[in-house]
Amino acid sequence: MTTAQLPPAELIHLVPDVFTRPFWEAAAAHRLVVPKCTTCGTFRLPPSAFCFRCRAQEVEWVEQDGRGSVYAFTVVHHPVLPDFADSVPYVPIVVELPGTNGCRLVGALQDVDIEDVRIGMDVELVWRDVRDGETVPTFRPAVRRSS
Amino acid sequence: MSETLRDKAAVVGVGATPYYKRGRSLPQTPFELAGKAMLAALDDAGLTVEDVDGLALYSFGLGGDTSLFAQVMGIPEVRFTAMLTGGGGGAAGSVGLAAAAIASGMATCVVSLMSLQQAANRFGASFAPKKRAAGAQYAAPPTPEGNFIQPAGLVGPGQMFAVLTQRHMHLYGTKREHLAEVAISTRENARRRETSIMRDELTLDDYFAARMIADPLCLFDFCLECDGAVAVVTVGADRARDLPHPPAYVRATAHGGHGRWGQAITWMGMPEEEFASSGHRPVARRLWEMAGSGPEDVDVALLYDHFSPMVVLQLEDYGFCPVGEGGPFVGDGNIRWKTGTIPVNTHGGNLSEAYIIGMTHVKEAVEQIRGTAVNQVDGAALALVTGGPASIPTSSVLLAKDVSS
Repeated sequence: MTTAQLPPAELIHLVPDVFTRPFWEAAAAHRLVVPKCTTCGTFRLPPSAFCFRCRAQEVEWVEQDGRGSVYAFTVVHHPVLPDFADSVPYVPIVVELPGTNGCRLVGALQDVDIEDVRIGMDVELVWRDVRDGETVPTFRPAVRRSS
Repeated sequence: MSETLRDKAAVVGVGATPYYKRGRSLPQTPFELAGKAMLAALDDAGLTVEDVDGLALYSFGLGGDTSLFAQVMGIPEVRFTAMLTGGGGGAAGSVGLAAAAIASGMATCVVSLMSLQQAANRFGASFAPKKRAAGAQYAAPPTPEGNFIQPAGLVGPGQMFAVLTQRHMHLYGTKREHLAEVAISTRENARRRETSIMRDELTLDDYFAARMIADPLCLFDFCLECDGAVAVVTVGADRARDLPHPPAYVRATAHGGHGRWGQAITWMGMPEEEFASSGHRPVARRLWEMAGSGPEDVDVALLYDHFSPMVVLQLEDYGFCPVGEGGPFVGDGNIRWKTGTIPVNTHGGNLSEAYIIGMTHVKEAVEQIRGTAVNQVDGAALALVTGGPASIPTSSVLLAKDVSS
C-alpha cells in the first residue's frame, strides 16, 4: 500500500484577480462557491469576466457542498523538479461538480492508496490551509454515510 | 468552389542544425541556431537570403524578434512577418501561414523555423515554480487561471496529458501496450537515421521496466529534451517548379480549434465530447475540406508526438480510425513503416529523433514527398503533418507531390 501525498505547500501561491478573489476569500473561510451567471444561469470555473454562453458579466456565488466524482486523474511518481522529491507520489484529480453544468475543480487527492484511485469514485472536498489567508481545495474519498 | 490556399504555394527548401541533447548546443545561441537552419534551408532550395521577404512563425521560433533577425541576417526587405498565437500547436500551421502570405501576394519567399535551446528552461516543468532561498521564484509566474490547476501539483505538460490519457483509457479501454507500440515503432524508425538522438533498440520489456513518471505515462512515452533548429522555405507554386527539388505543394492547411477547447490541459474544463481528444477535430475537418481528400488518401502521417498517447488520439481525430479505436489500431501494427496501413513518424518523431517542437515533422514530410527520406514510403504523394495537441491553436498541413487535378 502506498498512500498519496500532497504537493509541497510552499510552492503554492495564489494571485487572485477581481474575478477570482471571491472564490479564494470563500475558500479561506472553508466554503466552496462557484459563480453562476445571473442572466442565463450558467456556472463557470475558473471565475472569469464574461459568461461564455451569454456574455453577461454579473454573477451570483452559489455555495456547493464539495462532493463530486473523479472525472480524470494521474498519479505523479517522478518529481519534475527536486522541490517535489519528498512529495511523490501525489494524485492530481479533476472533479466534476454535480449540478453545475459540468464545472470541474482540480485538486490533489489524499487519504487514499494510489492503487485505489478510479475514475468515477466519489470524493469530497478537504480544505488545505497553505498559509494565513491562502487555502486551496484538495479531496479525499467520500465517507459513506448510512441514510 | 470557393477560393482557397490549395496548391498555391510549395515548400522548396528544408534545413537543420545538428540535433543536440538538452544544453549541448552551447556556446551557440538560439538566434545563431536559427540563422544556421535558415541558411541551410535556403541553400537546399537554391535560394539565398536576398530572396527572403517573409517570416511565418509560431511559438517565438526565432529565439528573438524578426527585427533583430532581419538586421543580423541582412534580409533586404521584410514584407510579411507574423506568428501564430499559442505554442507548439502552430508548428505545421506556420507553413500554412507562409502559404497564406504568398497566396495573398504579401510576400514571395517565406521562411518558417523553430530554434530551441533548453539549457536554461526545461519544458518538462513549464508550469512549475522554482524555489529560491528567499521566497519563491517561478519559471511560469502564477496566474489567476493557473491557480485552479497548479495547487494540485500539475506543473508539467506530461502530467497534464496523463490526465487526458486516463480518461481515454477509461472510456475506450486503451492500454499501456498501445502506448508502447507508439514508442517502439517510432524508435525503430529513429534507429535507422544518423540524425537521431535515440538509436538503441527499445523492447516491450524495456518499456515496462522504465520508470513511471505520471501514470500511465512512463519515461518512453515522453519526448526528448533537445536543442537545435529546423527551417523550411515556402514560395509560390509557379516559382517552385523552377527550383532544384521537386516541390512539396501545400495542398491544404488549417489551424485553430473550438473556443471551449481553449487552454486545454492547463484548464481541464474542455467539453465532455472532446475531453479525451487531441483537440484537432475541427482543424482536421477543415483540412480535409480544403484538400478535397481524406485520411484514406494519405501515404505518411507525421503526427506531433510530445507524448505517445497523443499519436493515438490524433489518429482518431484525423479519421484514420474511429474515435475510441486508436489503441487497437496502433496495436494491430497499422503505424509501422513498410508494413502498416499508415506509416507514422518515419523520422523518429519527437520521441526518438529529436524534439524541435514539431518542425522535424515538416522536414520529414518534404523529404517523403521528394522521395529522399531515410525511411521512404514507396510512392509517397500525400503527407500529413500536425502541430502539437495543446491549447488553441492546433494546426496541420497536407503536403503533396503533384497539384490536384
